[in-house]
Amino acid sequence: MNLNSTQSNSPNGAPAIRIVDLCRHYQMGDTLIRAVDGVSLQIQPGEFVALLGSSGSGKSSLLNLIAGLDRPTSGAVIVDNHDLAQLSREDLAKHRLRTVGMVFQSFNLVSRMTLAENVDLPLRFAEVDRGQRQALTRDALERVGLGARMTHRPSELSGGEQQRAALARALINQPKLLLADEPTGNLDSRTGTEIMNFIREFNETLGMTIVMVTHERALAERYARRLIFLADGKLVDDRPNSIPVATQQGVQ
Amino acid sequence: MMKTYDLSELALRNLRESSLRNSLTTIGISVGVASLVAMLSLGIGLQKLATRHLAKSGLFDTVVVTSRREMRGFSRDDERSTASAAESRTLDEPARQEIEHLPEVLEAYPDIRFITELRYQNKPYLTMVSGIPDSARSNDAFAGIPGSFFSSETAPEVILQKSFAMELLGKTPPPGQEDDVPVNDLAKPLLGQELTMRYAQRLTAQSTSDPAQSDSDSSYSVISREQKLKIVGISDLDPDSMRGAAKARVFLPLKLAQDLRVMQPSDVRDSMRGFNKHPSYSTISVRVKNPKQVKAVEQAIKKLGFNTFSILDATRSLRQFFAVLDLFLGIFGSLALAVASIGIVNTLVMAILERRREIGIMKAIGASDGDVRKLFFAEAGAMGLLGGFVGVALGWAIGHIINLGTNIYLKRQALPPENFWAVPWWLVGAAIIFAFVVSLVSGLYPAARAARLDPVQALRYE
Repeated sequence: MNLNSTQSNSPNGAPAIRIVDLCRHYQMGDTLIRAVDGVSLQIQPGEFVALLGSSGSGKSSLLNLIAGLDRPTSGAVIVDNHDLAQLSREDLAKHRLRTVGMVFQSFNLVSRMTLAENVDLPLRFAEVDRGQRQALTRDALERVGLGARMTHRPSELSGGEQQRAALARALINQPKLLLADEPTGNLDSRTGTEIMNFIREFNETLGMTIVMVTHERALAERYARRLIFLADGKLVDDRPNSIPVATQQGVQ
Repeated sequence: MMKTYDLSELALRNLRESSLRNSLTTIGISVGVASLVAMLSLGIGLQKLATRHLAKSGLFDTVVVTSRREMRGFSRDDERSTASAAESRTLDEPARQEIEHLPEVLEAYPDIRFITELRYQNKPYLTMVSGIPDSARSNDAFAGIPGSFFSSETAPEVILQKSFAMELLGKTPPPGQEDDVPVNDLAKPLLGQELTMRYAQRLTAQSTSDPAQSDSDSSYSVISREQKLKIVGISDLDPDSMRGAAKARVFLPLKLAQDLRVMQPSDVRDSMRGFNKHPSYSTISVRVKNPKQVKAVEQAIKKLGFNTFSILDATRSLRQFFAVLDLFLGIFGSLALAVASIGIVNTLVMAILERRREIGIMKAIGASDGDVRKLFFAEAGAMGLLGGFVGVALGWAIGHIINLGTNIYLKRQALPPENFWAVPWWLVGAAIIFAFVVSLVSGLYPAARAARLDPVQALRYE
């Protein structure tokens, strides 16, 4: 399967993500956990969506299903015209490699590698040539202001810097979709703002579709254009959000 | 899927990261490979040593050639049929030269042996005397004996077999205890002493001064002669044991024996049968370049119309013995490698537990199951390869130290040094490949386990 060619062939009108009656149940001891329970929604290309809910509401599970890290119990997740439930493990890995970029609350950089090596890793998996890789890695790290920290290890950096490196890594294969799971959860408000400004920039200048999981409603309201509320695995509210102009000025 | 170069680079990088644990695992493999190499080198070395000694003994690379005429009375049917195909021939000088020019033949020399009287301190002793070629110098029976080998091919010198030396000194031990007498004790009173050999010299038709009789069938005379001989060496072994009852106990230089023209049994026969243009030999000893070619050379000589005799295929049972020995040594050597392979499994399983999160991250950013599997495979293979190289070097070093130590011991015991250690190139290659393959097999389970890891689970816990 060639994801790239199908991506370019996708009609403009098609949604970036289409979720149909999606369920993800799993057994924990004797009880059946319905992490995602019958969710249906569509996200258009270029949207900035926040998934909101308390812990255990299923927002992270939903994100993992979109990311192709997990498989649904039933229903469909169609990203770029591919139903992830139907993909082989191999093709699901390609989906994660080329179609989505992910950032996590805990940054998830490989602690034993330098920043450059971390950012380089997806390029290795994508079989990009060595010479090309070096330039791409440097560009990506410079873009997030870490050009001088290429040979540092994650433990030598602040949380904000680590998350910026994670952003550089998420963007390195130029995915259409950025999935962020509580990206500011481990950061103070100043560095959190810094990260959110990068994400918004990617959304606005690169036209990336952003799906961000957060439990901070204020944060979601400041950046996302659409708020989706989950509770007990079910979609409870889905509404557009108008971003206050003050926020946009405030970050300059 | 990652490119091979990127994969190996990443694998090596990961190995360097927890260098202590991976070094210990690699050392484990090295020790396993070293023990395997050491054991097999010992087996191969011992085999080479034994083959070398057998070759030096002259027993297994020698073909004894006799004329068919002599054997006519009791030759078997199959030989009779070949005898009719090839002309039954005289074993004379042209025949000897023809045999010597056969491929794979090192030399062919007439077997000169006769029973005669030797006088030592005016007492007569009757024994079999045999001429030996200069090439026997390196034979185990003559190398390193008390005294020396003949100073030249025609020197009037003799080497005595130990039992004859004992007889000369009047020290005949009870049968079966000959070995208990040290040969050096016999050499002291005998070396440099003189023996007088009394023998019958034959004057052939060609050598008589009367040309009128040169074509005559039966004209030659026998003259009784004496030759003084100096004892130059005592041989501990029995170099002529192949001859059984006809074995000689006194040895002369072959050239000297030929020059003396001692009358031999075949001469009498020649005169009775009536052909003697050339003096014929009763037997010719043929030395073959390689014991393996004995059979082929025998066939070739038989085609020329002679009978042959050899101790065939003694080396085959020897090879069989060493194949079994090598197998056992190999099994013992491999035990250490088996233990080391469990070490690889352990190290990699530990690495999976420790790098659980890392594997989850790699999968989340796009690594396929195959990438993860290959990465762990490469790490196992790299440890195996490195361990193989270090192990071969280590095994080689251990072997050399053992060889050195044993030779120091041999020297103290006044024995000649021996090299019973051999590391052939195929063993080096095979050991490294074996270590590599064993490591890959050890990596199978951990790699599969790492590949199956669920990224959501792996990333769940901080």
